[in-house]
Amino acid sequence: MSERINPVEPFLRMDRMPHIWCPGCGIGTVVNCFVRALLKTRADLNKVSVVSGIGCTGRIAGYFRVDSFHTTHGRSLPFATGLKMANPELNVWDFSGDGDLIAIGGNHFIHAARRNADLKVVCVNNFTYGMTGGQVTPTAPLHSLATTAPYGAFEKPFNLPFLADSSGAVYVARWTTYHVRQLTRSMEEIMTKPGFCFIEVIAPCPTAYQRRNRLGDGLEAMRYYKANSKVVHGADTRSVDIDLGGPIVVGKFVDRDRPTTLEAMRDELQKALGGKYVPYPTGVNR
Amino acid sequence: MKADPRGVLTGVHFLDGDHACCEGALAAGCRCAFGYPITPSTEVVERIAQRLPTVGGVFLQMEDEIASSIAIQGAAWGGKKVLSVSSGPGISLMMEHVGLAAMTETPCVFVNVQRAGPSTGLPTLVAQADMMQARWGSHGDYEVIALCPNSPQECFDLTVQAFNLAEIYRVPVMFMMDEAVGHMTERVVIPAADQIEVVERRRPAEPPSDTYALYRCEPGSRVPPMPPVGEGYRFHVTGLTHDERGYPVMNAEAQDRLVRRLVDKIRLAGPALERYEEYQVDDADVVLVAYGITSRVVQRSMQLARERGLKVGVFRPVVVWPFPERRLRELARQVKAFVVAELNLGQVVLEVERLACGTRTVLAPHAGGGLHAPEAILAQVEEVLR
Amino acid sequence: MASTSEVGDAPQAERKAKGTVFIHRERCKGCGFCVEFCPSGVLAPDKAFNRKGYHPPVVVSAEACTGCDLCGMYCPDFAIHGVRARVAGQEGCDEG
Repeated sequence: MSERINPVEPFLRMDRMPHIWCPGCGIGTVVNCFVRALLKTRADLNKVSVVSGIGCTGRIAGYFRVDSFHTTHGRSLPFATGLKMANPELNVWDFSGDGDLIAIGGNHFIHAARRNADLKVVCVNNFTYGMTGGQVTPTAPLHSLATTAPYGAFEKPFNLPFLADSSGAVYVARWTTYHVRQLTRSMEEIMTKPGFCFIEVIAPCPTAYQRRNRLGDGLEAMRYYKANSKVVHGADTRSVDIDLGGPIVVGKFVDRDRPTTLEAMRDELQKALGGKYVPYPTGVNR
Repeated sequence: MKADPRGVLTGVHFLDGDHACCEGALAAGCRCAFGYPITPSTEVVERIAQRLPTVGGVFLQMEDEIASSIAIQGAAWGGKKVLSVSSGPGISLMMEHVGLAAMTETPCVFVNVQRAGPSTGLPTLVAQADMMQARWGSHGDYEVIALCPNSPQECFDLTVQAFNLAEIYRVPVMFMMDEAVGHMTERVVIPAADQIEVVERRRPAEPPSDTYALYRCEPGSRVPPMPPVGEGYRFHVTGLTHDERGYPVMNAEAQDRLVRRLVDKIRLAGPALERYEEYQVDDADVVLVAYGITSRVVQRSMQLARERGLKVGVFRPVVVWPFPERRLRELARQVKAFVVAELNLGQVVLEVERLACGTRTVLAPHAGGGLHAPEAILAQVEEVLR
Repeated sequence: MASTSEVGDAPQAERKAKGTVFIHRERCKGCGFCVEFCPSGVLAPDKAFNRKGYHPPVVVSAEACTGCDLCGMYCPDFAIHGVRARVAGQEGCDEG
């Protein structure tokens, strides 16, 4: 009976299972939601590309049975930008962790959003560099513990929805791995939305972040998300900072439209060059 | 295969090396480039930004050289022939991604219009001090191909070769210009498109299937065909050590198998990658070894030497990496000495010394910022022959 | 309500079950999400271990299952999923 087969299996390289993620890690949940979004939107899997950086979240690319690219630390977005620009028909997704995307990748993040590169970006934010054992990241809540902040993080963290919003992303949402239906729905929404679409997913890292901060295991984290999340669609992104022990504002905060990089390029070049411009496909059907 | 005429600016032009390089890229079929400004390379991307949209291509200035050096690789996997350009500090930033391209076998061209370093150095002035970096600059064991043009004409011709070599060997090709050649304006003849040979990417012969393996080579070949994205091959590319399927495999056996092949595809390429020029070496007592702009300076030194009755020849590597070992070893057996003239304090001379196997090898150094005076090199020759 | 006519033939208890879960016991790493977040209390941790030493879920309340697939969406190890099924009951797979 085909219904006995877990729905993710046709989408994954099952010859590489079991995956490397820890018990209670939220990344597998993100995979489940993405698969269901692909199913629901009937996405053409030949045209879906997954690009990732380095880290636990970055391993997503290796498990998906699509054209996938496991690039260098922090540099998945410029790779994805090049991939999409060379081949605008592709549906390019980027899965990266908070350290990869926002620390070393921070500059690329703000520019990709600024230029509205037509990319779907999912940041799995577990407030840590999990793969390397739990170092501090730019999203780690103030006073949280990490191996490289053993007395407590003392830098104010980035508020990712605000960062994405102020950099120009056309879609900004935050969910936790507790909010599987909403997360799936957001992924469906951005599947065909042109432009830089960003979803932050708060997820447990039971082995590093949860353990070092005595916050319990993955289940404890999920209970926390359930009890302390507040859905505020359209919230002002300036107001959705996350503090240790505090509420987590989730929801769809930004959903707007503006020309993608290739559309803006085409418009500008057409104006300037007229007949000399050889139109370049944008991959967008509006 | 012949070049696409839409990218070929056929005619007789008066161009500097940077501009000629851009035209070479277009003639080779480059339709996608990402770059960042840095003296003395900026003109390459400026011209690319102007020209690409008129030939159906796309250029984007990225936020930094790191982004440029990996955006081109995304674009290469997206199906395009690609190039990025930089100098000194920017090339250093790009080094991680040179290694990525080597590891993932991504065809791409990195143009380095060399200037004096280290660090910010002399941004507007010539040097040739990045030669070892071109080969060893990224971490780990890998091989690249590096070419050294010595004229704007060659900046056109050899750029086409660079793209072809990138496609044949699936490596990053380091196009080692220098500021003198880049900013020198000379006659550049661009032939008709049907006079220009370009190499297209080799696609897999087999259709997509469950048994398709991204890095499986045909028997006797060390270079696997490269699949197109978006057509169902469903491949995985990773910078991690991987097997034939492209899947990460974390052990010494997989490492040995993969890295040896990456290195051997260049080291064992043989005559296919030997490109050099020789002048009057047959009877030479001393052979001057030089590349790039210095290979033109030593022509004068050789002329002056011959006028004085000294038997001097010139050996000019055009492909510097892999270094033309076989020929250098042959010459070592017949000459009294090599004088290596380079705009650095001793880089390619180390290769010559290694291969000379005891034949006297002397460096004519220059820290950069200008060119050797031909007489200074001649003085080194006279010193050697004393 | 059930989605196919076959359920009309089933006994009363089974007609209430709108869904079925499929569990891959050997994939489970015992995170507890499915047991916790099943809205219908269908699952509980097995007293027995799987080969990795974890307690996979077992169905303790089959008739309550709606096939909502929340368990499947949560499971980080792809070890369980729900389908809106025609026949009530649990199906277990013992493959690894």
